[in-house]
Amino acid sequence: MTDVRPPVADWATDFDHQHPDYAANATEIWDELRDGCPIAHTDRYGGAWFPTRHEDIAAISKDVVHFSSQGVVVTEERPDIPAPMGYAPPITSDPPFHAIARGIMLKFFSPKAIDAWEPIVRETCRRRIADIRAMIDAGETTIDIAAHYSQHIPVSVMADMLDLPREDGDVFRGFIHDIMEQAGEEKPYEESMDFYLDTHVAARRNSLGDDLMSFLCQADIEGMPLLDEHVRGTIGLLIIAGIDTTWSAIGAGLWHMAQSPADRARWTDDPDVQPFALEEVLRFYAPVTMARLIAEDIELSGCTMKAGDWALLPFPSANRDPEAFDQAGEFVIDRARNRHAAFGLGIHRCVGSNLARLELRVAMEEWMAAFPEFELADPDAVTWSTGQVRGPRQLPVRFPS
Amino acid sequence: MKIKYDRSACQGHNRCYMLAPELFDTDDEGYAILLVEGDVPAELEEKARLAADNCPEFAIEIED
Ligand code: HEM
Ligand code: SF4
Repeated sequence: MTDVRPPVADWATDFDHQHPDYAANATEIWDELRDGCPIAHTDRYGGAWFPTRHEDIAAISKDVVHFSSQGVVVTEERPDIPAPMGYAPPITSDPPFHAIARGIMLKFFSPKAIDAWEPIVRETCRRRIADIRAMIDAGETTIDIAAHYSQHIPVSVMADMLDLPREDGDVFRGFIHDIMEQAGEEKPYEESMDFYLDTHVAARRNSLGDDLMSFLCQADIEGMPLLDEHVRGTIGLLIIAGIDTTWSAIGAGLWHMAQSPADRARWTDDPDVQPFALEEVLRFYAPVTMARLIAEDIELSGCTMKAGDWALLPFPSANRDPEAFDQAGEFVIDRARNRHAAFGLGIHRCVGSNLARLELRVAMEEWMAAFPEFELADPDAVTWSTGQVRGPRQLPVRFPS
Repeated sequence: MKIKYDRSACQGHNRCYMLAPELFDTDDEGYAILLVEGDVPAELEEKARLAADNCPEFAIEIED
């Protein structure tokens, strides 16, 4: 893949979600397509479809016969490890194996099990805030809070959960970048996430603890321990699915607050509104667009989709569909009816949603308590990621003195 | 008011448990458990509606 992608002539017939213009204008592109097309197509990536209405996105998410999870990140090539297991179970698994691979994880990620992690998440956020205070005390006036705050929280929490060194955060981020933002480029095995994880999983099998990696090493399917590649694939999935996404959600929430004095005041003055505000962040700035590989030809809303084509699932576009939400295009901080699809729909509902919500809540609580007043240092200096996980990657803010 | 909960549609988003813990618990895999049988106590009707209106999978229905 080259860094320079050909310009997009027409988003309805030639869209490209990895193009920088998409990163800059995604919401406008969704709105325009939803009103017109509403399922866009491109010949890029060997053929891909891009539905924009809630109804079509929900229908695809729930049709696991025609739409396979063998591929969930759009690349030029088609993935070569077939479902049902796929490369990273359960996200790349289809039924019936999907339910087995997912079932193994559910207990670790249930709401009550995840509640127990709150002190660790809070401590992580406070550590970061202390560092930021130190930077301010040292005379810094502008601080990139994507780099110094939102990014670190999920990395640190995930490292703690897996009992891997916190210092390996940079290593995790490198893997995520290679896989999500440079989708399709091959690296030698020794530099890959697979190598890193194979090494740790092999060592962990001999020194089990009560962490998530040990939990997976001890899990079984009908009495058979998980294959090494299953354990590795699932941990790799947790790193990829759990970090960039949560970083994006926290960053988007802070980006929103930085620009809205009214919503900042409401957050601080009316704590009862906070649970609704957090769900509205997830609806309005839903970070994740998934994909499916079409397994069998199918007709959907007048489009003939062919086996082997991709179908993207832009949950953020579903979340802004006026057919599904009142005032869909507005951030309503106390929205009480909010069936948003930020964590997907159907059998692949985000296994980590309880953890993601915990991290988002605590990160926002701690930030807003520490810095109730802050604003963008320069709106043009904010950058957003391209590709299937969308969130602020540079977010310089300043604090009124 | 009665609550109809469809276990086969539930995917464990846990919105109901977050918004109306008096009406919904979760099992150890994160799926909802409906706690009331029969009529919803009047003081919880608002919460029941909130849970139904926030379930992304339309797994909760309210029958007035
Ligand atoms: C705000 C943050 C997050 C968002 C928006 C998000 C979003 C999503 C979405 C939309 C899916 C559905 C995938 C599909 O339909 O193919 C998904 C699946 C998944 N997510 Fe998340 N996620 C977040 C955080 C996390 C975290 C923190 C973890 C774990 C540490 C995690 C682990 C997973 C796993 C394991 C799956 C696969 C579930 C399956 O295929 O059955 N996610 N996520
Ligand atoms: S909100 Fe809906 S999908 Fe989620 S646990 Fe409750 S009933 Fe199940």
